[in-house]
Amino acid sequence: MKIKMLTSAILLSGATLMTLPSWAADTIKVGVLHSLSGTMAISETTLKDTVLMMVEEQNKKGGLLGKQLEAIVVDPASNWPLFAEKGRELLTQEKVDVIFGSWTSVSRKSVLPVLEELNGLMFYPVQYEGEESSKNVFYTGAAPNQQAIPAVDYLMNDLDVERFVLAGTDYVYPRTTNKILEAYLKAKGVAAKDIMINYTPFGHSDWQSIVSDIKKFGGEGKKTAVVSTINGDANIPFYKELGNQGISSEDIPVVAFSVGEEELSGLDTKPLVGHLAAWNYFQSVESDANDEFIAKWKAFTKDSNRVTNDPMEATYIGFKMWANAVTDAGTTDVDAVEQAMIGQETPNLTGGIAVMNKNHHLSKPVLIGEIQDDGQFEVVWETDGVVAGDAWSDFLPGSKDLISDWTAPIKCGNYNTKTKTCSGQVY
Amino acid sequence: MRHLIALCCCLFGLLSFSVYAAESSPQDSLLTELVGAKLKNMTPILEKLANTQGEAILPLFRILLGGDLYYIKADKSLVGQFDEQGNTVYKDVFSQVVVPNLSKKDVKKIRVNNTLRGYLRNAIAQIQLTAKSPELRQSAVRELLSKLDKDTINLIEALYPNEANKKVKEAMGLALSMYAATSIDLVPSNRLVAIERLSTSLEGDVRNTLTKLMKDENPAIVKAASEALENIAQRANRFAFIDQLFFGLSLGSVLLLASIGLAITFGVMGVINMAHGEMIMLGAYTTYVVQLIMPNYIDYSIWVAIPAAFLVSGLMGVLIERLVIRHLHGRPLETLLATFGISLILQQLVRTIFSPLNRQVSTPSWMSGSWEINPVLSLTLNRLYILAFALLVFIALVIILKKTSLGLNVRAVSQNRSMAKAMGVKTNWVDAMTFGLGSGIAGIAGVALSQLTNVGPNLGQAYIIDSFMVVVFGGVGNLLGTLVAAFSLGIATKFLEPTTGAVLAAIIVLVFIILFIQKRPKGLFPQKGRAAE
Repeated sequence: MKIKMLTSAILLSGATLMTLPSWAADTIKVGVLHSLSGTMAISETTLKDTVLMMVEEQNKKGGLLGKQLEAIVVDPASNWPLFAEKGRELLTQEKVDVIFGSWTSVSRKSVLPVLEELNGLMFYPVQYEGEESSKNVFYTGAAPNQQAIPAVDYLMNDLDVERFVLAGTDYVYPRTTNKILEAYLKAKGVAAKDIMINYTPFGHSDWQSIVSDIKKFGGEGKKTAVVSTINGDANIPFYKELGNQGISSEDIPVVAFSVGEEELSGLDTKPLVGHLAAWNYFQSVESDANDEFIAKWKAFTKDSNRVTNDPMEATYIGFKMWANAVTDAGTTDVDAVEQAMIGQETPNLTGGIAVMNKNHHLSKPVLIGEIQDDGQFEVVWETDGVVAGDAWSDFLPGSKDLISDWTAPIKCGNYNTKTKTCSGQVY
Repeated sequence: MRHLIALCCCLFGLLSFSVYAAESSPQDSLLTELVGAKLKNMTPILEKLANTQGEAILPLFRILLGGDLYYIKADKSLVGQFDEQGNTVYKDVFSQVVVPNLSKKDVKKIRVNNTLRGYLRNAIAQIQLTAKSPELRQSAVRELLSKLDKDTINLIEALYPNEANKKVKEAMGLALSMYAATSIDLVPSNRLVAIERLSTSLEGDVRNTLTKLMKDENPAIVKAASEALENIAQRANRFAFIDQLFFGLSLGSVLLLASIGLAITFGVMGVINMAHGEMIMLGAYTTYVVQLIMPNYIDYSIWVAIPAAFLVSGLMGVLIERLVIRHLHGRPLETLLATFGISLILQQLVRTIFSPLNRQVSTPSWMSGSWEINPVLSLTLNRLYILAFALLVFIALVIILKKTSLGLNVRAVSQNRSMAKAMGVKTNWVDAMTFGLGSGIAGIAGVALSQLTNVGPNLGQAYIIDSFMVVVFGGVGNLLGTLVAAFSLGIATKFLEPTTGAVLAAIIVLVFIILFIQKRPKGLFPQKGRAAE
């Protein structure tokens, strides 16, 4: 315990130093609340750079409302309670107008009470487990019905999969997603004995017996697939072990919700070829907007090998929508911008138009890609048109009657359509 | 190229129905069709190619299966991408002649997906039933077991009598029995014989066939099938036990490697070194750098990386000892805090130099794959090598401590510092060397771990707790204790995991160790005698 406290103390002091000095007097301040050190730095630094790139681009266009944008970067250091402190610092000391930030659900849950207390505005750009809708947060990543459910549909309909292994890291996102998926599969007529659920700790590296269990589970005559909510680092040893034990993607395909281009870059992708991932964006999708975005990103990072990924697109869409909403509202006042956000439209990088719905979630297309040996994805399936993000899952008993609607007259994040009441608890 | 044209000419006659047949250059029609085809339209094209070409199409299929098939943008002709001494070259698919002056920009990849790969594997297996090498024939038969249809069976039936190799013949017999067992129009007695024959096999496909037979209308067949299944299950269970034991030993070897360096710095010197994990990390990064320097000799890179990692981590260890730990002698709490600070500094240093992203360390080809003993028991090679390596490192360390003068000095200093000093042992020098040795061994562990897990700034943190656990459990200051503790913890975890899950297994092991330490505070093998005080 002592060690943990000590870590926080050291990281805290380091993090405060990271804050960039503010220079101009009258600017619109954009807070960036992404971890730049610690375990999540691997994913979140990219998003920080994306926001900085978008800010720079907007400033070249003349800023917003005649003012320049100014990015305020803080480092919550992958330390969940620190997200709340840093969020408070951004809102009270720096007085930012908007925050782009968070990756893990636990960090979002940590900063949420602060946002609601101080009436801040945050854009959350990562796929998550749903079951939440706050007035102060816009969720530009995928909800379960925009990633997990279409992926399972694809497995059942196109690959004729009958048995499912739900493997995940042991924390809130995989547990909730797997609960939704289990209910969904059972509703689709999959027997309980055909579903295997397995949780592993963060950073799990010894996959021998789990992979051998999966092999046994899959060797019983029915086509089997793994639905993986395994997060971060643990994926690589997992795929390596699959390869070493001779399980190919044709035998038992793995569809992952947390493995994107960024995670694959700088990896030996040979053992992963043919496995699947479900996202709303792939770098390999050919469109003019995407080509332009990739070119800009490579120019901004001065690295021609940098890749783009789904949370980056979510950040991009969120930023564009926020800029438009501020222009429409004529102010950066949170309440005005929040109302102006609903109904905002921005072209997706992969084609089609993303729309911000009344529940603060986006309508986006869903794509399923197969990993290629160059670390990119080949799209093998996509939804016709866009799918509207559903904050409250229809497959969980506790939440199937709930909806979120932030327009008048409901103005509620968890409105019960049966009892016609708003529980008042906003998250 | 001439070969290709001749080959396509004979295609032409057979494929007059093809839409492309009317075009100006019909010879290449199927192959050019491949170039423009959408993924879902590719299977019929490949089927046509397989049906008409037979063995001649194998090179194309193999290259396509490996994902190395490209086409030249200018003339849409197909080439395979090969790696020759680190250089990428493009060769004609059929003649294997290098197409000169082609760069990555001139070609575009023909993509494949799982459906295609599945088809290709099967098609290659069918064609390879007549291959020269018996291993190829055997793997072809095994590949086909999952999809036995009338055509395949006819082919195998025709080949069976003339098959000379015993193993291949056995596999073919198995395939025929599988087919016979499921053929409803066959006489039941013949089917029973086939089932009897199946009960000796451990193949997964055989089990699937038998499971399906459990639903047969004939009760005699059902009974025979269930008996056969039970028979198989019994044998499979025995192998599953060996498998699990191997998993345990393998986890134990990882724990041993990670903790053996600590057994020296913590166990012998008594320094609570929180930066131990970072020494492992430095070793792993050294492997990465070595591979960067010699990208064409990945297979040998490990042999360079092992001494390099020993030196890098060892020197860093000496540096830390000289600069920090020396001044904190006899103050364990301050040492703990200082080394913890060092570990954070090293992590951030690596983040700054190599970026926070994980780095790619390739596995040498001789370490990839697995040693397949039978269909239910296969040992992964990288784990096998690491197990052997861990034991080697352990033996080497024991020899150093027991047989060399450095070892003698180390033991003398750790037993009675002032007496050793009085006898003329340079304790300062011995301290630095011991710490360097422990750190260097941690670096070597990093080389091994880079083959199993991610090489990133957090690599060390994942192992530091485990390392302390092993050393404390085994008894501080006792190398043999570390060995026994590592393997017993590894095996215990792996035998718990299937029933409790990975999370609970880790907790149970930890609780067990806490209780054990309550009972025996000095671990499994406590030090005895005056030195222990």
